[in-house]
Amino acid sequence: MSGAILSGLGALFEGVRFLLTHGGPNAIMIAVACAMFWLAIAKGVEPLLLLPIAFGCLLVNLPLSEVMAEGGVLKTLYDFGIGNELFPLLIFVGIGSMTDFTPLLANPRLLLFGAAGQLGIFITLLLALALGFSKEAAVSVAAIGACDGPTVIYVSNMFAGMDKIPTAMVGALAVAAYSYMALVPVIQPPIMRLLTTRKEREVKMPSPKGKVSKAALIAFPLVVTVITGIVAPQGLPLMGMIMLGNFMKVSGVVPRLANAAENEIANISTLFLGLAIGGTMAGPQFLTRETLMVFGLGLVAITIDTVGGILLGKAWYLLSGGKVNPLVGAAGISAYPMAARLVQNEGQRWNKHNYLLMHAMAANTGGQIGSVMAAAIMLSLLKGLGII
Amino acid sequence: MNNAVFGLTMLVVGMGGTLATLFLITLVIYALAAFFPVRPGDPEEKK
Repeated sequence: MSGAILSGLGALFEGVRFLLTHGGPNAIMIAVACAMFWLAIAKGVEPLLLLPIAFGCLLVNLPLSEVMAEGGVLKTLYDFGIGNELFPLLIFVGIGSMTDFTPLLANPRLLLFGAAGQLGIFITLLLALALGFSKEAAVSVAAIGACDGPTVIYVSNMFAGMDKIPTAMVGALAVAAYSYMALVPVIQPPIMRLLTTRKEREVKMPSPKGKVSKAALIAFPLVVTVITGIVAPQGLPLMGMIMLGNFMKVSGVVPRLANAAENEIANISTLFLGLAIGGTMAGPQFLTRETLMVFGLGLVAITIDTVGGILLGKAWYLLSGGKVNPLVGAAGISAYPMAARLVQNEGQRWNKHNYLLMHAMAANTGGQIGSVMAAAIMLSLLKGLGII
Repeated sequence: MNNAVFGLTMLVVGMGGTLATLFLITLVIYALAAFFPVRPGDPEEKK
């Protein structure tokens, strides 16, 4: 009898024993989860994503946790919506529904900033390859330069599903992507000031004169979907879902579906995606040299994105005889609408009569299209090269 | 294919392809504006 009681008590303390004997990595990851809670709650850093990711991270790292074992709740969520890419795509429907392409259609040439803002993807790819990452891992890390969490998860998870990269790396990439997206207001302004002169920053750009017809707004998502499908079919799910969300919104005939995409669908997908991604962050698999390098390379990617956009802005400034403010180039990334607001604030800091917001919003929505297009082209290239 | 060739291919074709595709979409937007001019009752551009 006493033996049975002792065995029962022993079972209750099994977790503590595990933590004391083998639980070092788990303890570190629990501390990481607490840091993410602090960032999300106290600092407001991407709370919608970081909070569920951190909770998933906490759940999977508690001693003897089986939430990511076969049949466990997080493993079920992972298989249900990450393993098959469903959740990132559903979030994209919501993003499309929240995006307003009117400033871009009123000022189409600024779409080119959305290409320059992807420079970080490709330079980081080279750096990752030089640092010894496999081709698939390098592409996954480079995708952080898209400044777009769902894109990073979509691309990296595709390789995880083929066993080309470890599943734990998907979690690291997602956390790095969302963390750096939240840190854009910290990362970008010093680069803007470093690369531009005061004279350039003070350039006033008149408001775009062109108005946009409703028919053009409705046709735009259809046309972009068709172009993407023809140029880079591997990325069609990404662009297709964004444009579906936008099409539902601008068509004006399915407000219930557009609202659902923007609210319920995006919210539920975000919660499940965050928890399942947190579930990939089990200490023993997560704490590797490659994971730490992912965070360093992610910072490089977003820095180079900003540099690329501003350098195109400077070239445009010269070619236009000083009519384009190079700061607008910094908005050519996918962090929407944060990057556009930053450009507006930075422009007004140097010239109180400067209103760059509409131009920056055009570049910013261009960055959204550009980031998805860059990922789509990368995937199609990999297919063409026989790598996937 | 070694990593250097792979990386440079991705840089040149990837970045070039992104730029070219966005340039194409820019032209398409101008075409849309020409095909679908603003009519009375269309929403004003948001300020």
